This record gives sequence, structure tokens and C-alpha cells, in this order.
Amino acid sequence: MNLVEIISKIDLDAEWFGLREYKENTTYHVIRDKNPLSNETSIDHGIMVEVLKNGQFGYCATSDLSLSGIQRAATTAQESAERASKYSVFSFESNVRPKSKGEYLTPIELPFDSLSAGEINDILMKANDWILNDDRIMSVSAMAMLVETTINYACSNGSDIHQKINIVGSDYSATAKNGQIIQTRTDGRSGNQMGLERFNQDLVREKCNKVSSQVIELIEAEQCPTGEMSLVLAPDQMMLQIHESIGHPLEIDRILGDERNYAGWSFVQLEDFGKLQYGSDLMNVTFDPTVSNEMASYGFDDGGFKASKEHLIKDGILLRGLGALESQERSEVPAVANFRSCSWNRAPIDRMANLNLEAGDSSFEDIISSIEYGVYMETNRSWSIDDYRNKFQFGSEYGKLIENGKITKTLRDPNYRAITVPFWNSLSKVGDESTFEVHGTPNCGKGEPNQVIRVGHASPICLFENIQVFGGA
Amino acid sequence: MKEYFFKISEKVINTLSNDEHLTISINGENSEFIRINNAKVRQIGTVADASIGMELIKNNRKVQMSFTIQRDMEKDYKIIIDYLDAMRKNILSLPEDPLCVLPKDHGSLDEEYTGHLLNPKESVDALLPVMSGVDLIGIWASGDVFVGNTNSAGQKNWFSTETFSLDYSLINPLKKMVKETYAGTHWDQNDYESFINSSKEKLSMLNEKSRKIKPGSYRTYIASAGVSDLIDMFSWGGVSENSIRKGRSSFIKMRDEGKSLSPCFSLKEDFSSGTVPRFNSNGEISDIELPLIINGALKNTLISTRTANEYSLLSNFASQGEYLRSPVMKEGLIEEQDILKELNTGVYLSNLHYLNWSDQLGGRVTGMTRYACFWVEDGEIISPIDDMRFDDTIYNFFGDKLESVTSKSRLNPSVGTYGGRNLGGVHCPGIILKSFELTL
Repeated sequence: MNLVEIISKIDLDAEWFGLREYKENTTYHVIRDKNPLSNETSIDHGIMVEVLKNGQFGYCATSDLSLSGIQRAATTAQESAERASKYSVFSFESNVRPKSKGEYLTPIELPFDSLSAGEINDILMKANDWILNDDRIMSVSAMAMLVETTINYACSNGSDIHQKINIVGSDYSATAKNGQIIQTRTDGRSGNQMGLERFNQDLVREKCNKVSSQVIELIEAEQCPTGEMSLVLAPDQMMLQIHESIGHPLEIDRILGDERNYAGWSFVQLEDFGKLQYGSDLMNVTFDPTVSNEMASYGFDDGGFKASKEHLIKDGILLRGLGALESQERSEVPAVANFRSCSWNRAPIDRMANLNLEAGDSSFEDIISSIEYGVYMETNRSWSIDDYRNKFQFGSEYGKLIENGKITKTLRDPNYRAITVPFWNSLSKVGDESTFEVHGTPNCGKGEPNQVIRVGHASPICLFENIQVFGGA
Repeated sequence: MKEYFFKISEKVINTLSNDEHLTISINGENSEFIRINNAKVRQIGTVADASIGMELIKNNRKVQMSFTIQRDMEKDYKIIIDYLDAMRKNILSLPEDPLCVLPKDHGSLDEEYTGHLLNPKESVDALLPVMSGVDLIGIWASGDVFVGNTNSAGQKNWFSTETFSLDYSLINPLKKMVKETYAGTHWDQNDYESFINSSKEKLSMLNEKSRKIKPGSYRTYIASAGVSDLIDMFSWGGVSENSIRKGRSSFIKMRDEGKSLSPCFSLKEDFSSGTVPRFNSNGEISDIELPLIINGALKNTLISTRTANEYSLLSNFASQGEYLRSPVMKEGLIEEQDILKELNTGVYLSNLHYLNWSDQLGGRVTGMTRYACFWVEDGEIISPIDDMRFDDTIYNFFGDKLESVTSKSRLNPSVGTYGGRNLGGVHCPGIILKSFELTL
């Protein structure tokens, strides 16, 4: 479809209008206990028409891709905007949809057609075999997720943007039983922008061996101790920690109250920007949709705003929020390019994209050797936080006890709880580049109507002091 | 859409060869959404979305595909045939699936519920004026939702309904909130305005300064909305037979270790309200009722036909994910007006928030209190409380610590819209607990 040509044919009396065509092919292959559970492809394709009339945006999402269908949708969106304009929260101008032109393409090594569905199934079947190497393992699974998203965007102001994003995710998991102790270990259900190089068999086998050996460690392990102690979080647990206790509270639409009926509000106030000591001076957090291979990289957000790297927290001080151009107008906090929607049938809102904790200068050995008594946790398995993003409780799949500067034994069911700002101010060591990993998750929920979106989080290993740690039921 | 769907399905099924088995499904909606903040419009729009799904089985191999349709018979048919051809090519390279479920004709269902909805041209003016003078935030969703499936064995199912919901919160200057949902099938402007005005009155109960309470064990009342969140957890590694068998369920202690819940706790699947389709994505039709937990004892789990094939069991035609679709918890004896007296001194929780298993195998759930929650002394509400984190097990709050259940059950409508507007909800009463663990 040539959206620019369609724009030229749409008849509308509005301050601005735009078309966002979204087509996404998602394929899941899952082999569980050596049986194929899923070989499923979904193709989501439609257009959202947005219209600005009397300072109010209205939208209409349609899968009727004919010119007459798009014209009908545009008229409906205009009428909705017009009716709502006498009750608008804020009267916008067309500057919140800047004129932009450009392209973005995920850099990939092996294209999606380099392996057939049958070849991917073969690899996942082998993965089942590689994990299933102990009688105490009761269930295994291997999953491949392939996503190919095409977003075309054109507006009445001359914007013309084309983006093509390839995401590959995978997981390998095992559940094992020893008497009444049952434990599950996964590879973290993570994903990246990349090609099918993720299914290199040596790499898959390495991941499966880790899952397999660690689930056996876990069913033989002690329960995580309870008490206040040092806590070391691996990057795949930091992913969740950053997401829930930095990302969501910094979303400007939350601070402005849009989410109070669903996801919640925020302890952060607009006047906190530039002042709040969010964490220790080792804490440096960036919004960065430009990182190659991270899950939520892109060239432009869904309002046509060009993406760039921005510091949100520098040396522990909160500088900037996660708000796009509409939020900038409402809050006067400088914008980042995070106006995102999950598909053609949802309107964009402020979202995280890639939100990363920058590396520090401590090696893994430096961190562990500095600890008298503490716990190291890897791979998130439980998460809950209040609607202001203060009181959280998170749990991990895999723990290690640290005693007198050394890792001594494996622990099962490790959990911790804390309050956001004191927690980040207890950050006492930040790992160096050698500990830095890039992760991503496809499951961030927010918005009304609800939207689930992909985010990326990269982080080194981090050490926090005097944290409440505890085990299972 | 029903006629469109059955007609296009028939054309597609007629193209199959004898060794091909096909299930075709449709899911869709025509919805108006209005997002409200501070009793004003934040976002407004309409969504017309529908997709067709196909599951092809051939030589014990299975492949699935779904795609958005344009609702144009000629264009969509061509796309479906192209995709079906792609599936035919793909399926040859896949491994055999010994557990795959061949489509059967289980009998057909046809349920259409028509409503009387607000015309989208009138909705803003009908909804907004009564909200004036209060900080109200929420989401209006209105329109029709449809689900159908057919298969090559001859089965045809259809379910459609026209519904509306305004899910909202009212907030006072102390940032205390009341949560409500006004939902139904037939719009009544006077009833709606009375409902909003009644919410405004409830908000005035939160004008007292809130009290901080310390972590610890408290006598607790949890209202129906909070109980529905706890029951929802059973859909996520709870009542699924497959989860139990694969070591990922909080119900394993009931199955393997002889644990039970309280004699006051009974739960069943009950489709008699007609708020959700009784057929699953395979087209299989569940019984009207399925008792799950009776007086604390696990009687049945949700068993899909795939799980039944895997473990040589009898299917009760649960959904493929074996989650609750129409749960109903049995009422108890405590009258609504006696709740505070029975609680005596403790915490009154109207809503819970962000629940997750903190130890799934141990049945331990963590989450937050939210909205109108109070400290109660000698049967009287003293003040709102600050939000607290809880961390406790189903074997406590639905087990040993469950003292009594209220006599009035409420439908807590499912107003979620991930992927599309949800249907149904959880029918449940409130519960009084001897103690509940508040941890942070």
C-alpha cells in the first residue's frame, strides 16, 4: 500500500490526520515433552487512522484496506474527535505529530527463511533431548518465537516512515522433582532484534545444558535464607527490576494520571525531575531505542518522533521522564520518542522502549569478594509492585549463597522485597562491561484499552545492601 | 458476521481432501472506546477487528494460522485459500503430534444476545456530564463481540453479545480512590447517573486521613472484587490438570499431599449465566456446571482433550489453556449488613492489585491492597489505611484461616481488553479471615 498516495485522496476537514499501517507476522514453535505443542502463525494487519480536530485526537482502526474503507474510518475518527473536543483533557496542536521521513531495519545475520519450520522443529526436538538427561526431570520444553513487523506511517503534514523489525525469542525449560520438592528452571524467555542466528545449535545446546544441570541443582538445594543481607542481581533479574521500579514510575502519562484506573499512578511528581536522588551516584539509566539488537529498538515512535538516546537518571539524579510529545505538551517535561502502540487497533501511549542501566567498573569477582553474607539471584519468576511503584516483591528461579566473599551453595525459591527509592539508593556496586547483558520481554501490559508491548532492558550485575531476602512457603 | 462466517467456512471446508481435518474459528468485535481522565476525554476511538483462525491436521501433524480479515467475502476467501495452501506445504515438514485432537461433531450451539447500546454519536454527551465535579478516570467500552467455530466434521458454533462497560475510579484530594464498574447490555441513562452519584457518595467515606498499619497478621475482610482476583490466580498454574501433571500448579499439594481448603470454600464452573461461550476453540461444548472444589476438597480439575489424550483421562472440554471461563464461588451465611460486626477489629479490603505467585508450588500469593481499604475497630470503620503488601497462601486464606463467607455473590465483570474485549467474569461473595499476612 502507498500510504502517501492514499493520504492525498482522503477528503477530510481536520487540523491533521495520519495513517499507520501495521502488519505483524508472529510464529511460535513449541516442542514440549518431545511432542509438538504449537506450530502457529498469526498475521495481524490493519490501519489506524488518527485525526486531530478542534484540538482533540480521534482514531478509527480498520482492517478494511480499500480506499473507501480508509475514507470511512477517517470520517468516523474525525466525528469522534469533534464530539469529544468539548470535553478534552488537553487541546493539542499538530506539533505533537512532527513531519518526519525515514526508514529503520533490524540488522540480521540469518534471515527468517534461512530455516524451514521443519528445521526449527528439529532443533527444538533436539533441545528437548539435551535437557532431558536425568530421570528426575519430569517435563521439558523448547520454544522459538519469530516476529516480523512492518510499520508504515504517513500524515497530512508530509511524514513518510517505513520500519521493518525482526525479533527472535526463545526459551528452554525443565521441571524436576526430588521427593516433594519440585523446581523449574528456564532460559529466561528473553528475546532480541536479530535473525535466526539465535538457533545456532551449539548455542542452543549450551543453554539447554545450563537449564538441565541447574534444575537438578535446585531440587537438591536448600531453601533461600530469610533476613536482611547483601543482594546481587544478575542482568536477567535486573531486567525486571529496571522495568518495574524505574520504567513504569517514570512514564509521564502515569504521572499525569491517565493510568490511575488500571496500571496505577506514580510516586514520582513532575517537580521531582532535576532534583530527586532516585538512587546512589552509581546509578545511570538511559532511554535508548538505538541499541543494535535490543528488543525495542526503532527509528521513530508511532507519532513520527525520531528516536535518540537520552539520560533519564545520571549519577543517581532523576533528570527526565518517559513521555512523548503529547506528554511534553501536558507536563513541560522534555520528551523522548516513546509514543508507542502494540498494533493497528490501539492508540499510541507513553511506553518504555529500551531502558538500560549503564555499566559501571566492578568485575563479578570484585562484587562477590566484597560480600560477607548475601544472596545472588538469577532469572525472574515472580513480580508484584504497588500502583505507585513503591513497595515491590520479586522472586527469582535460581539463587546462590555468598559467604565471606565466596559463592558457597545453590539456593531455591529466592525472593526479596523493598521500596523503590531506598532500594536504588542502596546500590553499592555496578558491574563492568564484562557482566553486561541485553535482554527483552514481549509482555509489558498497560493502557486502556489494554496493550501488551515489547521492551528491552540491558544491565550489568548489581549489588544492593541490606535488603529483605526470604525463601518459599 | 455469522452468515459471513458460516458461508466462508463451508466454501473452505469443501476444498479439503479426505485426509485433511480442519477447524476454523472467528473472533472479533466492533467497539467504541473512550478513555477518561479527570472526568474529561483523554482518547476516543473505534475499533473494528476480526480474525479467522485455522487448525489443519493431516497425517497426525498439526499446523495453525490466524489472520485479520477485511470482512469482504471475495477478498478474504482468496486470502484463506492462499494461507491454507501454505499450511499444506508447511505441515509436511513437521513432526508427528501423537496428542493432536481431531475435530469431531459434538453438536452445535448458537447463542446471540442482543442489547440496547448507546449510539456512539451520543455516548460522550450521555457519559460525561454526570461526572462533573469529581476526579473520575476510566475506560468506556461498548459494542458487539462475536466468537464462532466450525470444523470439517460438521460442527458449527456461534456466540455473540452486545455489551457495554464503564470501568472507573474516583479519586479524592488525599489520593484515596473508589473503584466501580457499570456494565450491562441495555443502557438506562437514569440508572447510570444514579450509579455514578452513588460512587461519589462512597468517595466521601475516604476523606479521613489514612492510617499506617504495621506488617503483621490481621483479621481481614476481603470484598467480592478482591476475592475475584484471588480466584483468578487459579487460572494461572492452579486448576489446570496439565499444570498439576507437569509440576507447575499450586494445586499439587491438594492432589499429592492430601491438603484441602476450608469447608466454607466451594468453586465451580457454571455457564448458566450465558455471559461466555460454552464451547472452546476446538468447538467442544462443556457441561453447564462442573464442580471443582466442594467444601474445600478438590473434586475436578480442568481437563482439555489434549491433556486427556496425554494422560489417558476423560476430557471435560476445558479450553486449551485450562483456565477458568465462568467461575462461581458458593455464598456463605454472613449478611452484608453484618460484615463489620463479624470482622470486629481488623482490616477491610475492597480491592487487591497486581497479584502473582510468590511460591506457586507452595500456593503462596503476593499482591497489594488498593482502593477503599479501611481500619475497623469494634465493628466500625475508623479510617482508610495506606496500601499494604500481602503475602499469604491459598491454604490459609481459602483454607485454615477462612472463617466465613458472605451471603451475597456479585459478578465481577471481566473488563480486560488485551487482544480484544473480554467476556464474562467471576461470581463470588466476600470472605472474612481469622488472619491475613501483611508484609510491607
